[in-house]
Amino acid sequence: MGIAMSESSLKPPSLDFNEPRLVRHRKKRKFKDSLAKVTIGAGGISVIAAISLIFFYLLYEVTPLFESAEADRISSYEIPAAEAGKTVFSGAEEQGEKAFRVTETGQVVFFNTVDGSIHSTEQLPITEGLIVTSVAQADPASRTFVLGLSNGQALVLKHSYQISYPNDKRLIEPYIEYPFGKDGMQLDEEGSSITNISIALSESAFVVVGNNDKKELFAQKFEQEEDFLSGETRLVPEDLSLPKLNVEADFIIAEPSMRFIFIGTRKGKLQVLDLRADPEDIINSTVRIGDRDTKITNMTLLLGGASILVSDSNGETSQWFMVRDSNNDYRLQNVRTFEALGGATTAADIEHRRKGFVLGDKNGNIVFYNSTAHSTSLRINAEAEVTRLTLAPRANHLLVETADGNMQWWKVENEHPEISFSALWGEVWYEGYEEPEYVWQSSAANNDFEPKYSLSPLAFGTLKAAFYAMLVATPLAICGALYTAYFMAPALRRKVKPSIELMEALPTVILGFLAGLFFAPFMEENLPGVFACLLIVPFFILLFGYIWNNLPANVRHFVPEGWDPALLIPVVIFGGWISMAISPLIEVALFDGDMRLWLTNVAGIDFDQRNALVVGAAMGFAVIPTIFSITEDAVFSVPKHLTQGSLALGATQWQTMVHVILPTASPGIFSAVMIGMGRAVGETMIVLMATGNTPIMDVNIFEGMRTLSANIAVEMPESEVGSTHYRILFLAAFVLFLFTFVVNTFAEFVRQRLRTKYSVI
Amino acid sequence: MRISVKKWFKNGDPYVWINAGAVAISMVMVFGLLFLIASRGLVHFWAHDVVQAEVEAKNGDQYTIIGELVESVEVSAIQLREAGYTIPAGQEHLQRNLIKMGNRDITGADFRWVLDYRLENRRYPADIVVMERREWGNFYGFVKSVKEQNSIVAEGDKAWPEFESRLERALTIYDDIHDIEKSEIGSINAGMERLRLKQRSLELKGSLSPQAQLGLDEERAILDAQYAGLQQQLIDLYTQINRDSVVVESMDGTQITVDLAKVVNAYQPNAMSLMEKIGFYFKKLYEFVSDEPREANTEGGIFPAIFGTVLMVIIMSIIVTPFGVIAAVYLREYAHQGVLTRIIRIAVNNLAGVPSIVYGVFGLGFFIYFVGSGIDEAFFPEALPSPTFGTGGLLWASITLAILTLPVVIVATEEGLSRIPRSIREGSLALGATKAETLWRVILPMASPAMMTGVILAIARAAGEVAPLMLVGVVKLAPSLPLDGNYPYLHLDQKFMHLGFHIYDVGFQSPNVEAARPLVYATSLLLVIVIALLNITAVSIRNRLREKYKSLEM
Repeated sequence: MGIAMSESSLKPPSLDFNEPRLVRHRKKRKFKDSLAKVTIGAGGISVIAAISLIFFYLLYEVTPLFESAEADRISSYEIPAAEAGKTVFSGAEEQGEKAFRVTETGQVVFFNTVDGSIHSTEQLPITEGLIVTSVAQADPASRTFVLGLSNGQALVLKHSYQISYPNDKRLIEPYIEYPFGKDGMQLDEEGSSITNISIALSESAFVVVGNNDKKELFAQKFEQEEDFLSGETRLVPEDLSLPKLNVEADFIIAEPSMRFIFIGTRKGKLQVLDLRADPEDIINSTVRIGDRDTKITNMTLLLGGASILVSDSNGETSQWFMVRDSNNDYRLQNVRTFEALGGATTAADIEHRRKGFVLGDKNGNIVFYNSTAHSTSLRINAEAEVTRLTLAPRANHLLVETADGNMQWWKVENEHPEISFSALWGEVWYEGYEEPEYVWQSSAANNDFEPKYSLSPLAFGTLKAAFYAMLVATPLAICGALYTAYFMAPALRRKVKPSIELMEALPTVILGFLAGLFFAPFMEENLPGVFACLLIVPFFILLFGYIWNNLPANVRHFVPEGWDPALLIPVVIFGGWISMAISPLIEVALFDGDMRLWLTNVAGIDFDQRNALVVGAAMGFAVIPTIFSITEDAVFSVPKHLTQGSLALGATQWQTMVHVILPTASPGIFSAVMIGMGRAVGETMIVLMATGNTPIMDVNIFEGMRTLSANIAVEMPESEVGSTHYRILFLAAFVLFLFTFVVNTFAEFVRQRLRTKYSVI
Repeated sequence: MRISVKKWFKNGDPYVWINAGAVAISMVMVFGLLFLIASRGLVHFWAHDVVQAEVEAKNGDQYTIIGELVESVEVSAIQLREAGYTIPAGQEHLQRNLIKMGNRDITGADFRWVLDYRLENRRYPADIVVMERREWGNFYGFVKSVKEQNSIVAEGDKAWPEFESRLERALTIYDDIHDIEKSEIGSINAGMERLRLKQRSLELKGSLSPQAQLGLDEERAILDAQYAGLQQQLIDLYTQINRDSVVVESMDGTQITVDLAKVVNAYQPNAMSLMEKIGFYFKKLYEFVSDEPREANTEGGIFPAIFGTVLMVIIMSIIVTPFGVIAAVYLREYAHQGVLTRIIRIAVNNLAGVPSIVYGVFGLGFFIYFVGSGIDEAFFPEALPSPTFGTGGLLWASITLAILTLPVVIVATEEGLSRIPRSIREGSLALGATKAETLWRVILPMASPAMMTGVILAIARAAGEVAPLMLVGVVKLAPSLPLDGNYPYLHLDQKFMHLGFHIYDVGFQSPNVEAARPLVYATSLLLVIVIALLNITAVSIRNRLREKYKSLEM
């Protein structure tokens, strides 16, 4: 080598750097360099973009929830077949292509919604000269409605549509069905005209309630019976024999459970009749809706048939339903009053699949409301007095009839009206509940179910789980970290740290499984022991420490300094064992032999096997390593000269710890707790497996909860894409994302500042 | 020498002891948990002795019980008296045993709690047979006779050896049947499905000419013929396997006939020597990791779950490694080290703390419903309305987990890069190397152990993650493995099984949790071992790396 060097130093190499080969080589290298720069730059930026995509995608799915509704008038035309008379009823079909109106002369006019061109007309089987004096709709999904005629008869109809696809084009053929025959039912034997009518429908029976122009109220129930021999069905009438009530009813509504009849009187009172009560008690209640001059201008049954919407002459609309009290008695309750429409209500319709409704007034105001959310989704103006409103079944179109003889066809975009701040976070008085409550219940078997999207119980459950987890984890992790970083012998520390890291890596599904299937039943059986553990183990540790410190020096020096935890391991195990062993004794001595029964019967505390205590222990286990390693880091990097200075001035080890190390490292410990909190809030599998997943709001340590994350895991796979439920689950995910992200960033910021501080010291 | 308690508290020693106690408690928790999983998981494969004993029931009836002792707990006499037992006075705590007695088809339940003192005349007859069956769980009892086509061929003492040899034969035939049904018929079905899709795709394009139809029909006819041949073979095999049956007697004296086709394994645990039991143990262990699950996952092996987990993790690491490394190199070597880069770095770091379920939600919404449906419409219109990529599957699960673990890889790689001293970079640049050359030849090789650490940690995290997978493609029972002999061999669109989800599903959704519990412990143990090994490897690589750079910095 030496020779080679001396040779080269003798003869300078004759290198021409501008030789074409080298130039080419240099160019190639330069190209490669810039290529690398571009690829890595592009790659790096795209990875970062991909990560931020998570944020934006979640936001993208959530925003439609908060977008306001919109409506556009597509067309306006004269009332189709206006010569056939005034409209008494109207409806539209599923796709919103065809609509119909029933005239007072008993004609049904089907027309195309976009341009108002007549598709077909059908004359109903009513005797010539009779007119339709009243109409009522049953549950909108049944497409059934009833006409009250001027001769005291009633006729039940159903609007139906036959859909075919000739040449791959949809063709809708509307027609009228007579589910209970073409012959009308004689409601009033005397043949007076029926001024009000209402129908409630179940699978095999229906009730028709009405009154005539002589203020007489009548109600009839019809059971559908199948003849065993011929297989034909026939209607068996049953008179519900209402007592004579001398009320001037303006509005009459029978609800689908066929128990209550709501009557709106001319004097501005609401009267409820209970058909199941004794005949003398039939009037359940009578309530005046406002002051003496307030009149009822409209009454509509909301989807599901539980609530009625009452509009008054002051232009206000309120929701009422029957609430059961503790004596099992029902009373009519004003649940909420909606934002005023503008003028007195002249027309109303309800949505067919949601708890929404639309009202119109004299000035042409049309307002969309949602009852659960207690919100006004949309305000539009028809520029003329509104006489009829018809919502298409999907609530995406609205047919408006105005007093100036026109019809308007509106397109409505109102995807998520059931969301409002109060619906998500506030107490809501749901139908059938005794009082306003926080409830999460996203789905049920029936269609007219009122979805309950209160995030409060979920957020509460999340915080409850996190709280108990932190209660278990924080003291153990911080104390352990203080010892490990400051007192522990380095050789032991090298073993403890990887063990804690291993603890962090344990899959949470395993922790959840052990918590749910091992610890929960174990704790249920040894409940007193678990609590005894909290006292006995620390006591044993102190006792052992005291005895140890009093042992002769040669025994104490047998174990090197900083190895105390190794000594304590048998003590802890022994303490735990003792606690479990005396558990039955405590149970017999203090809790009549069974603490669980004692809790429920004597203390009145509900007990679930999978409860917050189990979650706290299991999730605490998952959070300990997170807090431990960050705290340990913060304490360990406290500059040595600070502690040495303190010790040199005569402070004891513990004084140094409390007065020097803790204040210096406290920001680090704080950020450790924050990050641990972030982990506890988002943990899914443990809470999914170790709690009963019931969304209740109760601080009781012996009851379970449902957290936001577990809720997502449970409900996400079944939720319909794009539905409100789906987007709320996205909202929950977004909230979790933001919460942990903000908390972690804050903690990281605190840590970075701490690091700078140390570098200055 | 003696320190008074007051003084002891004054100098703060008790608090130090409490802190030491916290470490001790944490250690007891970690190792106690590992011990718990190990002890419960490992005994699952052991051939326990089967006890036969007389029991007096609550109502005073006497009956014989045969079964394995699974667990015993202490219960207080008060609780038992409340439950209607007559417990002699003076006994306040009694031992209660859980006995696995199998025979679900006869008794209706696999397990029974029996008070210890009521088990009388315990004995361990050598001829008790434990029979694992394909349905109804285990059978415990005695072999009475072996039948061939309803005529008895062996009885009494000769029955057991005859039964063993015939069982051997039945198992071989069963394997043949399984081969034909799974792989050969499976591949014919795959072929048929491919033809159907081809035809539908041609129809959609409007180019299904008569020739093409003819060609398709021909291919279909070939497959049909093959299928008919296999069908015949299967019928033969089924006749053969159904030839033999065995008559067994259960603990209450009921005799039932069990077809050998329904038996997986049979052994006489009380007659086994220790060596035989050890051999049996390893055989069972092997079966556990290599067999398919039976009886709604509560029995048999977990091979598909292991396979699914491994395959998913491999695909995930193929995706995450290059992207994670590139992002880290960009952040550390190329990006301008300003405020923005610092913010990005903190953000990436914090993404590791975002709950995993959020990634699952993102994967479901973005990949499956958005990208997946788009791919289906563009490339697989013939399969619609049944989704190909528009539903959860291996690919989406892998990508979702890749995003989830991306921060882990980025952070680890960045740490590795930041530990390489400036002097080394500057040295390389001073010698005339370009930045790319420095990176490729000097920095990356030096940082490679850090990348390894990152990837291993990512794998460990991905292997244990369950919550996001529940949304993006894991199922409790996949009909076939996502990798097989049918074109296109690797089925990225298929749903798969996963160890972690297996634990959740069997432990919490299974109809017979008690019977499945040992299996869940065994599965957990396997998962813990894999993840612990991965982590220990990663940590040791990282530590070695740190030592190495410490010397460089000198």
